[in-house]
Amino acid sequence: MSNKTISNRSINDQGESIKNGSNPFYDPSLVGRHRSAWLFRWFTKGSIILTLSFLCFFLFDMARTAYPALMQTYVKIDVSYNEKSVKFTSKAIDKKYRKIVSRSWLRDIPKQLENQPALMGSTVQQWVLADDQVDQHKKGHHHNLKTKTLRTIDELEKQGRIELQWNGIFFTHGDSKIPENAGIFSAVVGSVLTLVVTMFVAFPLGVMTAVYLEEFARDNWLTRLIEININNLAAIPSILFGLLGLAVFINLFGMPRSSPLVGGLTLALMTLPIIIVSSRAALRSVPDSIRQAGYGLGLTRVQIVQDHVLPVAFPGILTGSIIGLAQAMGETAPLIIIGMIAFIPDAPTSIVESATVLPAQIFTWAGMPERAYVEKTAAGIVVILLILFVLNAIAIYFRKKYEVKW
Amino acid sequence: MIKNKSTERTSEKIIRFFLIFASVISILTTIGILFSILFQAIEFFQLKSFWYFISGSEWTPGQENSQFGALPIFAGTFMITVIALSVAIPVGVGSAIYMSEYASSFKRNTLKPILEILAGIPTVVYGFFASLTVAPAIVELFGSLGIDATYNSALACGIVMGVMIIPVIASLSDDVLRAVPNSQRNASLALGMTHSETIRHIIVPSAMPGIISASLLGLSKAIGETMIVVMAAGLRPNLTWNPLEDMTTVTVRIVDSLVGDQAFDSPATLSAFALGLVLFAITLLLNMLSLSQIRKFKTKYKVNTL
Repeated sequence: MSNKTISNRSINDQGESIKNGSNPFYDPSLVGRHRSAWLFRWFTKGSIILTLSFLCFFLFDMARTAYPALMQTYVKIDVSYNEKSVKFTSKAIDKKYRKIVSRSWLRDIPKQLENQPALMGSTVQQWVLADDQVDQHKKGHHHNLKTKTLRTIDELEKQGRIELQWNGIFFTHGDSKIPENAGIFSAVVGSVLTLVVTMFVAFPLGVMTAVYLEEFARDNWLTRLIEININNLAAIPSILFGLLGLAVFINLFGMPRSSPLVGGLTLALMTLPIIIVSSRAALRSVPDSIRQAGYGLGLTRVQIVQDHVLPVAFPGILTGSIIGLAQAMGETAPLIIIGMIAFIPDAPTSIVESATVLPAQIFTWAGMPERAYVEKTAAGIVVILLILFVLNAIAIYFRKKYEVKW
Repeated sequence: MIKNKSTERTSEKIIRFFLIFASVISILTTIGILFSILFQAIEFFQLKSFWYFISGSEWTPGQENSQFGALPIFAGTFMITVIALSVAIPVGVGSAIYMSEYASSFKRNTLKPILEILAGIPTVVYGFFASLTVAPAIVELFGSLGIDATYNSALACGIVMGVMIIPVIASLSDDVLRAVPNSQRNASLALGMTHSETIRHIIVPSAMPGIISASLLGLSKAIGETMIVVMAAGLRPNLTWNPLEDMTTVTVRIVDSLVGDQAFDSPATLSAFALGLVLFAITLLLNMLSLSQIRKFKTKYKVNTL
């Protein structure tokens, strides 16, 4: 069919070229033809270079923005522990340091005394977490410290009593309204709980659907409906899954809002098409000879699938599921709709508590007015990109290691 | 022996039933999405006029006499989508042609996973990048030319969204271009065409249904994309042709009206479902078109691998 149209066209063109010399397929100057070939080649090469350089610039920009978040400013000052400082924690330090020391550190003084009662009545010189403005000043970013405070900082700087230390808080603390005290821990726990629910639901359902469609289904209207439906489901905007979660899981079934249970179920429905498509591909790559041999030995269809086809296809299924997991991990929009952007300072301990997830935490921090949150946001992004990278690397490793060539 | 066989038959039936049940879940999901949106949308259209919704230009949800004319919202979505596609289609198709026609197999095998990395970056990350880096850069660039641009410009969103869609278009187009039968290539080369002429006049036209399908998929992705526009585009419905002004999109309004503390049955909240219904209908239509195009290609060249 296509060959015919092409040959027709070239005959027409030749006919025309005799008349007016404008055959698009024949340019008598070879130089011109080669020049246009060269230009075209560079257009395609240019677009791939553009894509790659964007990726490099993007990764570089994120790493550069995130880098300062590795370190946090600490100051070495005298802290006096007594009755008064338990009641009014800001009394524990010299008045002139009040704008320099973090409020969150001061808030913890009663807890410190509870853990170490021996401190009571003593004055200890120690490294203390600094305020986010001081931290930004130390890192050379914009800050709004007063000149008086700046003078005190200069004094401390000269005595070597102010320095950047490893920011462990970022990995061990939950969210906080005080930038220097904010961390990703509760968001990571929330992400893990949500993804556990997701995989617990999506993996069995996805694999079962794939097995049905590949091994059992006859070619009837139901099968065709399911196939068309899966294709469409894969392309429905994620935010609409959020509307589903809100209307069905929360309003209809009465599940707790903002919980990993609802989030996980919503993401499971989104991940389902990915797992189905990749599992089907894995099942299809298992050669028919294995099935035929099974029938020859008198096995039933279920036995063949269960004992012979599935084990062979399993690495492929696993790879697809890990890729689906990685996609679910980065998803934010549907989780915002079902309320998983709540302020969660403490890590959730069950799937029905309010929780937040890592990308939602990034979204929340990106909207914070304080400059100190910018580097935290970027650091959160670097963490999520690293996790995704590791997940994808595992998927590729499985594919390479267990790939069977038939 | 015979008894054993009959029990196995029942167990097979049970397993078969479970498998069908799992498969039906995906249909239930689609029905669930449709109905959860439809019912609330109907409730909304009982309160507010449908015609004003699709043709009016005032969107004032929070006010006393609230009006819901979604025209500026559709216009904003359209503008950002057009910018995104004018970035993504040329670059995506160009990359696909390079990978499938010019690159050595080693280069192709390295480039494809890199594109997959780009496709795997969460959209919230793109959104942060758009608002932190791209938007200020555009303000500065146009400022130096003496033109005012806002920090929520449609252009910044559109460009970053375009980059997000590049791998979608490139990956599918690459598969389609490679599926064009070699006989076509060889015939053209045998007639003395250069490699690039073969690509431009033979291979790309043959693969056109596939490229159109990829672009439609990209379009549907752009319309449904949420995080980039929530983080980098404006909230204000703004009917304008200037891409340097702030605009809002369907998805931004959905998020904005559901994140607040309003009552669930207020028109402001229900408007999210009306917009969701529009989004569902448009993306469904685009997916159907995209699938029919790729099916056209498959039947023409009898390819089953796509």
